[in-house]
Amino acid sequence: MATYLLNRLWQSLATLFLASVVVFVGVRALPGDPALALAGEEADPATLAAVRADLGLDQPLVAQYGAFVKNLLQGDLGTSIATGVPVTDLIATTLPVTLWLSLYAVTIAIVVGIGAGVAAAVHRGRWPEWFANGFTLVGLSVPSFWLGILAILYLAVGLRWFPASGYVAVSEEPLRGLYYLTLPAVVLGTALAAVVMRQTRSSMLDTLSADYVRTARAKGLRNRHVLTRFALRNSLIVVVTIIGLQLGGLVSGAVVTERIFGLPGFGKLTLDSVFTRDYPVIQAVVIITTFAYIVINLAIDLLYSLINPRIRVGGSTR
Amino acid sequence: MPSAASTPLLRITDLEVSYHGTPVLHGIDLTVAEGERVALVGESGSGKSTTAAAVIDLLPAGGAVTRGRIEYRGDDVTHADDKRMRRLRGRQVGLVPQDPMSNLNPATRVGKQIAETLVAHGVASGREARKRAVELMGEAGIPDADKRSKQYPHEFSGGMRQRVLIAIALACEPDLLVADEPTSALDVTVQRRILDHLETLRSRRGTSMLLVTHDLGLAADRADRVVVMQHGRIVEDGPAHELLRDPQHEYTRRLVAAAPSVSTATRTGAVATSDEDPQQDKGLEPILVAEHLTKEYSVRGRRERLTAVDDVSFAVRAGTTTAVVGESGSGKTTVARMVLGLETPTSGEVRVAGEHVATAKGAQRRAIRRAMQPVFQDPYASLNPMFTVEHIVDEPLRVFDVGDRRSRRARVAELLDHVALPRDLAQRHPNELSGGQRQRVAIARALALDPRLVVCDEAVSALDVLVQDQILTLLGDLQRDLGLSYLFITHDLAVVRLVAHDVLVMQQGKVVEAGTVDDVFERPGSDYTRELLAAIPGADVFT
Repeated sequence: MATYLLNRLWQSLATLFLASVVVFVGVRALPGDPALALAGEEADPATLAAVRADLGLDQPLVAQYGAFVKNLLQGDLGTSIATGVPVTDLIATTLPVTLWLSLYAVTIAIVVGIGAGVAAAVHRGRWPEWFANGFTLVGLSVPSFWLGILAILYLAVGLRWFPASGYVAVSEEPLRGLYYLTLPAVVLGTALAAVVMRQTRSSMLDTLSADYVRTARAKGLRNRHVLTRFALRNSLIVVVTIIGLQLGGLVSGAVVTERIFGLPGFGKLTLDSVFTRDYPVIQAVVIITTFAYIVINLAIDLLYSLINPRIRVGGSTR
Repeated sequence: MPSAASTPLLRITDLEVSYHGTPVLHGIDLTVAEGERVALVGESGSGKSTTAAAVIDLLPAGGAVTRGRIEYRGDDVTHADDKRMRRLRGRQVGLVPQDPMSNLNPATRVGKQIAETLVAHGVASGREARKRAVELMGEAGIPDADKRSKQYPHEFSGGMRQRVLIAIALACEPDLLVADEPTSALDVTVQRRILDHLETLRSRRGTSMLLVTHDLGLAADRADRVVVMQHGRIVEDGPAHELLRDPQHEYTRRLVAAAPSVSTATRTGAVATSDEDPQQDKGLEPILVAEHLTKEYSVRGRRERLTAVDDVSFAVRAGTTTAVVGESGSGKTTVARMVLGLETPTSGEVRVAGEHVATAKGAQRRAIRRAMQPVFQDPYASLNPMFTVEHIVDEPLRVFDVGDRRSRRARVAELLDHVALPRDLAQRHPNELSGGQRQRVAIARALALDPRLVVCDEAVSALDVLVQDQILTLLGDLQRDLGLSYLFITHDLAVVRLVAHDVLVMQQGKVVEAGTVDDVFERPGSDYTRELLAAIPGADVFT
């Protein structure tokens, strides 16, 4: 187990390093100049040069990268070129918004997706399956921005059930905070719920016809026990993998959703920093996103070995 | 008819089971008396497993009892509610399913899977149930039961898993055991040990048994009464030994005649003796020579290498059959793969018609491939489902650029004649054919290039006895007509006696015995061979 974790840690560091290089070079390859954005279109070459020197952009690329990594290791992500605020502060205010939103969306997706998937498999050929299949089709084919607009139009503006925009920190006022996040979370979670539902349904159908499920029935076990302990437990092995793969997509989904609902989150910060060519912020955002991916994947792998005894990490089994 | 006292334990009257409205069982009448062992025998599709599944209401989706009654101790359970059915399952009727590899929950510890049954029926709970589960595992013959009860199914061998399933079935001491092909997925020696053990446990408790099997020999050995089924009907029913010695119904007669274990005793070396001493044929050098074949694999996470095949030498004389016999893990399939050039030996060599298989290059290698063709075990998996029969049989000809389109078409027709398939089958796809027909197609494909050697890897193991008998006869005819040589890989000693001239017995990668079939069968030199021979089900019934 320890060797396994150490190995994974090592791989993660390598991934982070590669990501930092790619983003560092990639950002600078983009058309557009932050000095120009900062100094204004009319600025004369001397002013531009001064601004560049001030930002350290006149240094060779390797030196710039070296300084970036050195600061990064000290926990200093630099200062936003556009706003002059330390990047760490920007992230500290925006990241919780996105984390709450994502957590909420994933929870909705898992509860709805697994629930509907199980119902569809158990009641095969009857209304729960048709309903679930219809939901999957809609969830997968309707783009989230359109779903978001519809939600605002009918549920917020029309019925006035939910606020159309705005944000209340969940850490300060949990209930109101979640209330404000409900519509965005539903919009963000719908596609994931559809994927989870489809996967749950098909692996439940597989396991329900498995020999060991029949044997479980032959033991005289209660139907609910057979469904949860035998069929669902084994179905989840596949479902968890799919959820893990899908979680990454949640980050890009959050960018769109936050935009629609005007949430001051990480996605909005990402988008704004790209528009203003705010190099330090873009870099920080990508590094943190990469880090999130790595942590999620590690968590999923560990969870996976927990549900599936055949994949106990560390190779202790035969 | 059995001496059923007042009420039999299980009585099935006029049972009809339908799948999606189509009846597959047509009026089954069957009783199992207290303490009686009844074997349901028939080919696949005869309805024997459906009958067993109907008893505990576990028919596959789409199946339903559409007529008749099932009574347990006089209590009608035909359309019983869920609560009544749960009491029947596990508590009153225990099920030993067919495939030990797929019948245990892969995500739950074995001990818990046994304890679950006890808990569900209120026989024991908590720590007591776990303790009892360990005892049951011990009784089922699992060594070190305490430790092993905490392991998962994937840490058990097939035989050990089947013992776990037996422990589950017997956990609540049911009065009736339904055993659906309980050992057909296991090696013969393992099968014998497990069935012996099951018999000990069963007789101690006086449990009745409904044994479903395709193996007449097994039925003869393990049952008091045999019920023969065909096309969803019972065609014959009687005391085991009597029925198999003197079958009345025409279908039973055919089954008995085709059963290899029977033939072993009665038609000693049918194919072998029909060939007039083939080794004197022109004094040819053997078509296939394997010398000191060794194959080692490195296993991940272990330092020592696994030796799958250890110094194996043999020869196949032209126009004869050499059988390689062994249980799973004996290395017999690896030998076949090395002969076919699909694996490279770690050391040693294979020569086909004098050419080295491993080192041959280019044209030479193609010539060897042409001279040697395989027929694999599972005709459902080894034929491309997207191709027509003609395309499948024609493929080797196209690969080797033999003839033009018209001559190839004629050749396919000729090959289909050889394997006794009607020519109009050529345009069909494999899924439209039966298992036996598919295996004939596989043989036709193997013959397309006029090979001198055919490597049959468990080529008849997946087939029903009657079909198996037909295919073996076909292989014999082809050998006589075309002078083919066979390397015949099998786990079934009974089949060996029917088809082979020479035999090689393998155990754990080594040859433990080699010689002519008569020598090995009449005067087995090694304990292992003797054990294998003794494990052939039903051998003593027919001798």
